[in-house]
Amino acid sequence: MTWSLDVVLLLVLAVTALWAVMATRLIYAALGLALASIVLAIVMFRMGSPYAAVFELSVCAGLITAIFISVISLAKHETVAEIESRMKRRWKKYAPLPFAAAILGIVLTLVAKHPRSLPQPLAEGDVRKVFWHMRQADLLGQILMVLVGAFGIVVLFKSWRKK
Amino acid sequence: MASLVLVPFLLVIVLNLVNTAAIRRAAVAVGIGWSLIQLAWLLFPQTRLSGLDSSIFGIDFSSFFALDGLSLVLLISVGLVGLVTLITCLATVPDEKARFSFVNLVLLTMAGLNGLVMVRDLFSLYVYIEVVAVASFILISLDRDKLALEGAFKYLVLSASASMLMLLSISAILLICGSTSFDTVHSVLEQVPQKGLVASAMVLFVVAAFIKGGLVPFHGWLPDAYSSAPLSVSVLLSGIITKTAGVYTAMRIVTSVFGFTPMIQSLLLFIGTVSIIFGALAALNQKDFRRMLAYSSISQMGYIIVALGCGTVYGMAGALFHLFNHAVSKSQLFVNAAAVEQETGSRDMTKLGGLASRMPVTSGTSVVALLSIAGIPPLAGFWSKLVIIIALWQSGHHNYALIAVAASTITLGYFLLLQRRMFFGKTPSELSGIKEARAGLLVPALLLSAIAIALGIAFPAAINWFVKLPTGIMNMVVH
Amino acid sequence: MNGAQLHLLWTAGVFVLMLLFIGFYCILVSRNLIRILIGLEVLAKAITLAIVAAGYVTKNTALSQSLAITVIIVEVFVIAIAAGLVINIYRKHDSLSTDNLENLKG
Repeated sequence: MTWSLDVVLLLVLAVTALWAVMATRLIYAALGLALASIVLAIVMFRMGSPYAAVFELSVCAGLITAIFISVISLAKHETVAEIESRMKRRWKKYAPLPFAAAILGIVLTLVAKHPRSLPQPLAEGDVRKVFWHMRQADLLGQILMVLVGAFGIVVLFKSWRKK
Repeated sequence: MASLVLVPFLLVIVLNLVNTAAIRRAAVAVGIGWSLIQLAWLLFPQTRLSGLDSSIFGIDFSSFFALDGLSLVLLISVGLVGLVTLITCLATVPDEKARFSFVNLVLLTMAGLNGLVMVRDLFSLYVYIEVVAVASFILISLDRDKLALEGAFKYLVLSASASMLMLLSISAILLICGSTSFDTVHSVLEQVPQKGLVASAMVLFVVAAFIKGGLVPFHGWLPDAYSSAPLSVSVLLSGIITKTAGVYTAMRIVTSVFGFTPMIQSLLLFIGTVSIIFGALAALNQKDFRRMLAYSSISQMGYIIVALGCGTVYGMAGALFHLFNHAVSKSQLFVNAAAVEQETGSRDMTKLGGLASRMPVTSGTSVVALLSIAGIPPLAGFWSKLVIIIALWQSGHHNYALIAVAASTITLGYFLLLQRRMFFGKTPSELSGIKEARAGLLVPALLLSAIAIALGIAFPAAINWFVKLPTGIMNMVVH
Repeated sequence: MNGAQLHLLWTAGVFVLMLLFIGFYCILVSRNLIRILIGLEVLAKAITLAIVAAGYVTKNTALSQSLAITVIIVEVFVIAIAAGLVINIYRKHDSLSTDNLENLKG
């Protein structure tokens, strides 16, 4: 049955997200995040959302991973001894997480109730039309966000060359 | 009134296309000019430009932005607090490059805030909330001071978490209603039974708004952000940003989208009351002036939320009136705090005393603002608190009304003691040489005090105006 | 909506809540600033999944994709600014530990 493939994909998504959170070295965490984005993109593609899947791939698996890697590389590198001592402390904090998440998943699956009916689809089916013609207030907001981000770069990143 | 969003957006673009030193210096004037224009357009509708109103590049934005009573109060507050912030930056941000970034960010924040209060769609609301939030993170970090970065980071993590909750609620609403526009969601929710997924979605959204508004128990980021931000930024932050992202959002979704269901009402009343009490008590313990003001803000936001929770027209009027008064007086107190901090170099209230003789204007205006917030006639704050307490009593919430009165008394006593010690006590020797603050910090203080006094004296007209506002927006009134 | 689609929706819903739990756990427990950002990103994934799943089941993929794309774009800026803050904090304290963020008290 096709839907079981989706469940497998979602499980892989959860596992990669867990790995991203629990990985000791930050580089592996960023990698886990990128993998999670790829799996999510596949899930989205199977859920009839190809445009969003492409965005997820290029922006999250691409751009955001690049941002993480550049931030991680700017921080100092730990020695092997430091990493090992950190691993022991972290284990206690993070060990319960997979089990708690799994238990949560099982409990929710047993408790969830299906809705009886869902609303009918709207007439407009083309993403491009909706995005550019019906959500223009959002577009304006995103343009404002780009400008804000530009000033953010000026405020937060500039003048390091002076140091 | 889409031009309220489009014009500052275009101004920022123009200011940055032509990159000469003269333009950079003129940026503050442009910003101040725009705030004045915004206030003029709102208060005197004859001055509005008709052709420019809403189309740009052939796109008509007018269908996305709508102006009603609730938006009007917020828009006027945005214009006023923006104006004040830009005037103060003349005195508090000496570096020209920093000032240019500051002015641009404030203009973008104003555009975002204007958009926030005018959109008619839950998701667009989220987008504009985020625009304002990101701008405020950057503004807080403007000086790249250690404490400011810490405050900004904590604020970011909590704000982003709240946004996630908001989006989760929106995806559930998308599932139930098939759309995110206010009217569609409202009409669908009226017919759907209010339990399970629907109720969770509504509670999630309101809780997300509470986190953004710094209400108890989600207030952790607020005192840190308010006290560590640069001087002018805390004026903007406390004066309007937190109110809009938190309290306006709660108001809008409760009146226009979800309606006053009993569950939401109890949530509003409970969290509001807890915030009133906690904020008032926590403020008593503070030594840092700005931190004390931050906790006081939490308390006053509690009053507004409690008034909203009444579910009556009078409660809504009280909430709006109090929101406006708080925008006026709290901004002014932060302007005064900036003046005191700049001239004395200290924020520690225990070290300050007898400032009235050295800084007469700052002291005088502070007294006005403290009395207004504490609720002393004939200042405006007294009337808005009175309306809230009466609305609570009339709608049957006698306990809440009594708690509100008690908390108000505590705040009153504390503020009276505080101002007597800070302004009228003895001046410690280290402070004997200080002078009055610069004009950039005095003009806004005088302006805001004048408004607080004028609204207080003209209270019948003011109350009347605020009571007329909600009648268009309240679709579902319980009592 | 047929049975398989509804089933998928509720499975996706379960995973959305699980991912949210993982993300919030990460933010609460972590001592490292960058890991807090990773937690935020996990939350964002959960939300994107939720929006797309909601759209798929209501056959409204046009709207849900527009919303999901906008969320992705907005989140990029939030994470970028957060990364900027982290870098600046690192340069001031020479450390990525959250212990350095305990200075504001009261």
